[in-house]
Amino acid sequence: MGTKYDVLVIGGGNAALCAAISARRGGASVLVLEGAPKFYRGGNTRHTRNMRCAHDAATEILTGPYTEEEFWEDLLRVTGGQTDEVLARHMIRESKDILNWIVEQGVRWQPSLGGTLSLGRTNSFFLGGGRAMLNALYRTAERLGVDVAYDAEVIDLVIEDGMFLAACLKRPINGETEIRATSLVAAAGGFEANIEWLKQYWGEAADNFLIRGTPYNRGSILKMLLDKGVQEVGDPTQCHAVAIDARAPKFDGGIITRHDSVVFGIVVNKHSHRFYDEGEDIWPKRYAIWGRLVAAQPDQIAYIIFDSTVVTSFMPTLFPPIAGQTIAELAGKLGLDPAVLEKTIAEFNAAVRPGTFDHTILDDCVTEDITPPKTHWARRIETPPYLAYPVRPGITFTYLGTRVNKEARMQMADGKPSANMFAAGEIMAGNVLGKGYAAGMGMTIGSVFGRIAGREAAKHARN
Amino acid sequence: MHGTKILDEADRLMTVCNSCRYCEGLCAVFPAMEMRRAFSDGDLNYLANLCHSCGACYVDCQFSPPHEFNVNVPQTLAVARAESYAAYAWPQALSGAFTRNGLVISVTAALSMAAFIFGFAALNDRSVLFGVHTGPGAFYKLMPHNAMAALFSAAFLYAILALVMSVRAFWRDIGAPIGGRADGGSIFQAIRDAGELRYLHGGGVGCYNEDDKPTDRRKLFHHLTFYGFLLCFAATSVATLYHYLLGREAPYPWWDLPVVLGTLGGFGLIVGPIGLLVAKSRRAPELLDENRYGMDVGFIAMLFLTGFTGMLLLLLRETAGMGPLLALHLGAVFALFITMPYGKFVHGIYRFAALVRYAQERRSEAGS
Ligand SMILES: Cc1cc2nc3c(=O)[nH]c(=O)nc-3n(C[C@H](O)[C@H](O)[C@H](O)COP(=O)(O)OP(=O)(O)OC[C@H]3O[C@@H](n4cnc5c(N)ncnc54)[C@H](O)[C@@H]3O)c2cc1C
Ligand code: SF4
Ligand code: SF4
Repeated sequence: MGTKYDVLVIGGGNAALCAAISARRGGASVLVLEGAPKFYRGGNTRHTRNMRCAHDAATEILTGPYTEEEFWEDLLRVTGGQTDEVLARHMIRESKDILNWIVEQGVRWQPSLGGTLSLGRTNSFFLGGGRAMLNALYRTAERLGVDVAYDAEVIDLVIEDGMFLAACLKRPINGETEIRATSLVAAAGGFEANIEWLKQYWGEAADNFLIRGTPYNRGSILKMLLDKGVQEVGDPTQCHAVAIDARAPKFDGGIITRHDSVVFGIVVNKHSHRFYDEGEDIWPKRYAIWGRLVAAQPDQIAYIIFDSTVVTSFMPTLFPPIAGQTIAELAGKLGLDPAVLEKTIAEFNAAVRPGTFDHTILDDCVTEDITPPKTHWARRIETPPYLAYPVRPGITFTYLGTRVNKEARMQMADGKPSANMFAAGEIMAGNVLGKGYAAGMGMTIGSVFGRIAGREAAKHARN
Repeated sequence: MHGTKILDEADRLMTVCNSCRYCEGLCAVFPAMEMRRAFSDGDLNYLANLCHSCGACYVDCQFSPPHEFNVNVPQTLAVARAESYAAYAWPQALSGAFTRNGLVISVTAALSMAAFIFGFAALNDRSVLFGVHTGPGAFYKLMPHNAMAALFSAAFLYAILALVMSVRAFWRDIGAPIGGRADGGSIFQAIRDAGELRYLHGGGVGCYNEDDKPTDRRKLFHHLTFYGFLLCFAATSVATLYHYLLGREAPYPWWDLPVVLGTLGGFGLIVGPIGLLVAKSRRAPELLDENRYGMDVGFIAMLFLTGFTGMLLLLLRETAGMGPLLALHLGAVFALFITMPYGKFVHGIYRFAALVRYAQERRSEAGS
C-alpha cells in the first residue's frame, strides 16, 4: 500500500465486491477494506440465498417471466409507495442485466429444484448460498488485481466540502493507518448490529432484539457520512424484521432460526393473549410482518402454539419445539399462566368454523366472534402433544441511509451531489425501501448499485 | 441417542442443514437429507457414504467454524463413513482391522511378499528365483499356474464373500426395503454417477483442497487410479481367458491385449495414487478424518505398489530381476486382495450402494 488508490471500497459484502470488480474492470486501482476477519468477510451477504431480478422469459433457473412492471408493482405494494420511483425503476431495469453480469463474475445459479420456497419465478438462487456467491466474487476480484484487506475497520473519514480525501484505520495495514483515494464507495452495511443506536428509536425494547446477521454492521460509516454532511434518507425505525427463535444467538444466527409455523397455530404473548390475525397473509409477506408484531409485545417475546397434527407441515427447525401433553404442562414449560393459556386456546377452538385447509392459498378456514380473528387457516388446536416455539424480533437490516442518485453518487444535505463519494447496498437501501420488503431485494440493491457505484467511481478517478 | 458420538454429531449437523438447505444444489447428500426429518443410524451412514468429500459445503457454509454452530459436514461425514465400514464389516471380529489399517496393510503386504519370495525359493532352487526365464510359460517356472490360480482365486473369493456380506448389512441398514433388490434403472444411474464421480465436483467447480480455490485435481487422479485398477483387472481377466480358452501362456508380447491393458492400467495406478497422495497431504486438515489418515494412505500405497511392481516386471521380465519382481508383484496383489474388505477399498462399494439407494429414492419421488 502507501500509494494512493483510484477507488477505495469500504465494506466486504455483495455491494462492496460488485463495486470493486466493476471499478477494476473500469481500469481503476482498487482497495477493499473489510472490517471483519477473513472468515466473517461479507457481512450479511454470507447469510443470503437468493436475488430478485426482472427478466422477460423463463430460463434454466427461473420458472417464468417477471417483468419490470410486475417487479415495480411488487415494490410499490410492499413499501406502500414509500420509494423513490426514479431510482427504483432504474434499479429494476438494471436488475435484468445483473442476472448475467453476476454470472460473468463467477457466481453460479442453482437450477430450480422444485425446492422449499415458492420463489422460483421471481428469485434466482445462488448455488451453495450466499457464502459461495461471495467466495466467487472474492476470487474474481483478486484475479483481476483488486487489493483486499481484512480486519481493516475504518474509524474515521476525512471529508471536505463533500469531497472524500482519506479513510483512517483502527489498526495499521502495511504500516499505514490513513488511506487516501481519488473516489470512495461506501458499502459498509446498515446499523442493525448497533444495539445502542437501535435504542435511540426503539427504547429499551431493542435490548431484546436478536440480530440475524453479522455483528460487524454497526453503522459506523453511515454515521460518519451523515455527520459529515451527506443527506439522510429513510425512517430510522424501518427495517426488515422477522420473528425468529428466541433461543437463537444474539448475533449471526442466520437463516436457520426462522419460523413459519404461524399459519398452523396461534401466537400468544407473555400474558397468553393472542394479539394479531395469524391468518392475515400469505408467505412471504406473512413472514416479514411478525418481527415488528413481536417487537410491540411486552418483553418482546411471543409463542407460536400448535399441536402434533402439523409438525411435519413446515420446514424442519433448528431448535425442537417445546412440548407438553396438556396445555397446562406446556404453559408451565413456557413460563405462561396455565389457566389463561387454556382459556385462550379454548376460546380460539370454539371460534373455529369448519373449512377446507390449504396453506398455499387464502383458504376458507376462519374463526367467528373472536378478537383478533384468524381469517384463514384456522383449525382447532386439540391433539396432544401440544407444541410451541418461543420467538423474538430478529432484525435483518435497517433502512436509514445516505441519499444517492442514479449514479449511486451520494447527495449532500445542501442538495448538491458529492464530488467523489458513492454508496451501495444496505447503506443506501432506504432510497428504494421506505418500508416493507420483498424477498431477494437486499442483494438486488447491492449488486445493481454496487456495479454502478464502482463504474462511476472509476470514471471519476480516471478523469 | 445414537450408537456413537460421531453419529450424534452427524445428526446435529443434519438438523442444522435441514433447516438451512443452502447446499441442496451441491451434491446428493442434501437432497437425500431433505427426504427425511429424523435420522436413524442407518440414515446417517447412508448420507455419510453418499458424501464424496469434495469440501464445497464447508467452504460455502456460513456456519463453519469459528462460527458457534460449528458446522463441518465433510469432516463429520468422513469420520462417520470410516466408522460405518467397521460397523458393517464381515466377519465382525475383523472390524478392528479398520482402525489399525495402516499397520494391518503393511504387515500383510510384507508377509505376502516374503511368502512369495520364500515360496518360490523353497519350491524350486534359488537359481530359479534369480534365473533368466523367457518365452511362454516363463512365469510358471517360478510357480505353477495352477498353484497361482488356486491361491489367487481363494483370496479373491474370500474378498468377494466378505464384501458381499458387509454390503448386505449396509444395504439393510440404510433403509432399503428388507431383502429389497435394487432395480436396473437405479443401478444404471448409479453406475453413471460413480463412473463420472458426479458428486466430486463441488457443485460444478471442482473439489476444495488446500484453500478456497476449487480444482479438478482429485477427480482426475481418482479417475486415473480407478480406471487404472479396472484396466489391470481386465488385463488379468483376459489373460485368464487366454490361458484356459486359447491355451496361450503368459508372458505375452507387448502388443497383445493383456499387456496393452495392463500397461495402460499400470500407468494409471502409478500416476493416480501419487497424485492422490500429494493432494491428500496438501488438503486442509479441517476437511480430513485425521484418525484414518493411515487407512487412506495404506490403500493408496498398495495400489501404487501393485502398479509399480507390475510395470517393473514388464520392463525387466527378460532379466534376472524377473523372479524377485514377480514375487513382489504377486505379493502386492495378494495383499491387496485379502485386505480389500478391511480397508479404504470398501469406500467405493458402499458409495456405490448409497448411490443406488439415492437413485431409487429419486425415482420413487419423481414417480409419486
Ligand atoms: C439471515 C439473512 C438472510 C438474508 N437473506 C437474503 C436473501 O436471501 N436475499 C437478499 O436479497 N437479501 C437477504 N438478506 C439481506 C442481505 O443480506 C443484505 O441486504 C445484503 O447482504 C446487503 O449487502 P451489503 O453489501 O450492503 O452489506 P453486507 O453484506 O452486510 O456487508 C457490509 C460489510 O461492511 C463491513 N463493515 C461494516 N462497518 C465497517 C467499517 N467501519 N469498516 C470496514 N468495514 C465495515 C462489514 O464487515 C461487512 O462486510 C438476508 C439477511 C440476513 C441477515
Ligand atoms: S453446510 Fe452450512 S450452508 Fe450448507 S446446508 Fe448445512 S448449514 Fe446450510
Ligand atoms: S463435502 Fe461435497 S459431497 Fe460431501 S456433503 Fe459436502 S458438498 Fe456433498
